[in-house]
Amino acid sequence: MIEARDLTKDYGSKRAVDGLSFTVRPGIVTGFLGPNGSGKSTTMRLILGLDAPTRGDVTVNGSDYREHAAPLHEVGALLEARSVHTGRSAHNHLLALAQTHGIPKRRVSELIDLVGLHEVARKRSGKFSLGMGQRLGIAQALLGDPKTVMLDEPVNGLDPEGIHWMRNLLKGLAAEGRTVFVSSHLMSEMALTADHLIVIGRGKLIADTSVDDFVSRASQKVVVVRSPELESLRAALAGPDVSFEPAERGALEVHGLTAEQVGDAAAAAGIVLHELTPRQASLEEAFMNLTRDEVEFAAELQEVVA
Amino acid sequence: MSAATPSVRLPRLDRTGSVAFRRVLLSEWTKLRSVRSTKWSLGVGFLLTVAFPIAFSFATSSHWGSMSPQDRADRQPLDIALVGVNVAQLAIAVLGVLLISAEYSTGSIRSTFTAVPKRLLVLWAKLIDYSVVSLALMVPAVLVSFFSSQAILGRHDILQISFTQPGVARAVLGGALYVMLVGIFALAIGAIVRNTAGGIAAFAGIFFVLPPLMFVLPTSWNNAISQYLPSDAGRQLFSLHHASHSLRPLTGGLVFAAYCVAAIVIAAVLLVRRDV
Repeated sequence: MIEARDLTKDYGSKRAVDGLSFTVRPGIVTGFLGPNGSGKSTTMRLILGLDAPTRGDVTVNGSDYREHAAPLHEVGALLEARSVHTGRSAHNHLLALAQTHGIPKRRVSELIDLVGLHEVARKRSGKFSLGMGQRLGIAQALLGDPKTVMLDEPVNGLDPEGIHWMRNLLKGLAAEGRTVFVSSHLMSEMALTADHLIVIGRGKLIADTSVDDFVSRASQKVVVVRSPELESLRAALAGPDVSFEPAERGALEVHGLTAEQVGDAAAAAGIVLHELTPRQASLEEAFMNLTRDEVEFAAELQEVVA
Repeated sequence: MSAATPSVRLPRLDRTGSVAFRRVLLSEWTKLRSVRSTKWSLGVGFLLTVAFPIAFSFATSSHWGSMSPQDRADRQPLDIALVGVNVAQLAIAVLGVLLISAEYSTGSIRSTFTAVPKRLLVLWAKLIDYSVVSLALMVPAVLVSFFSSQAILGRHDILQISFTQPGVARAVLGGALYVMLVGIFALAIGAIVRNTAGGIAAFAGIFFVLPPLMFVLPTSWNNAISQYLPSDAGRQLFSLHHASHSLRPLTGGLVFAAYCVAAIVIAAVLLVRRDV
């Protein structure tokens, strides 16, 4: 369980996180979504007590992260930026962290095997590929068998097999009753993994909703029809919430009606249809629509500054 | 990692413990021993401490015949025995800075403070581990340099001093103590500056640049001020003869230790306050 109340962080005159309040619940995967630079990583650093909030506060499993007697058992975190000494082996890196909590050495080997780093565990981690670095970060996050797992862009640098593995892992962790909080800038990835979404843009909360709600709200009703009698069809479909746009190859895009409604109306009017295709706005489009204002504002601002 | 695996299960951890200082000490020890820079710096530190006195002893011994009486009288056997300390301190200082600055440059400090959010435990553990290691390295190093240089100079009675002579044991072991304090001071600077190049530059500035600058001052000012510089005060720990305008060994050592404490206090305050 992660609870943020009015969480705010300024770096100099720049406000990176702006009055965020949200709750991340156990037992489900919560996606933390936002464009790059929207404050996701900063929020995660605030949760871990690495940065101090300018205003507001955040607790993990009921108390300030710094107050936990055994933080690695409370939260396992993978941060976006590399957080391993490049001259140290994966094994020694994990061992040093395990030792702070008296976690036995065999747990280190167990996690190294789990993430598939067995063969390179004794090599300097500076030579790791991005994907290997991510796996080491995941081993680190899971080292203390934590109640809450918080991962910043965990699929970055993973191959398709690794991404699949990651999805299963996250779902499994949530099914065990853990709190799972995963950031991403990719809506499509979140749609496959997450149950709940917290969306931010420029440090502000944009949406706190279930993935299903987000998807249904985001998918506008658009139907593409082709017919030799387009003019009659227009007349038959016309209504206050309905609008039309010409589409490719003489087709017509109908906004505001479902495919069923269009088909029924055409049949009732005796109009022949050659095509009737419901079109859903992709999740990526929905996400872009939702965050567009924030991103555009940032782009304009950059132009002004430049 | 197999794509065919339907679900990935995290093995449970049967026994769980809390963060404790002795555990952080062990963790920091693991970190210290598991990077190459430790082996290099400590190896070089030991080698320089021992090699310089041996080389200087051979040089003195072989030139003895052609040296003037004045020149011979100026030879201080203890200075020869401990000449390496002046060089070894740089290796120990560089490692001291690196022990903390490398955590910032690589980002591992985030892992460290996530595991141990009570950050001062990490600072105390680093200081204690490094003090023990540098002292354990330097005590044998100064003993080897003293006895080997004395053995090489054995033909010249005037250059023989006994370990039991007043002040000699104190000066020899003081050399090791001095280097340990240098390591502590450098580690604190590393924690303040959080940057390897900056930390080493700050150390070099205080220890190697500041003292000669004092000679620009009127002599009376120089004499009054220089004795209180960290390097001059600390050096009294391993000097047998003391000028009128330098501190006694105990006072000098305490002054240098006070500088270390001050640096540690600043480092501790900043460590708690600053974002990582």
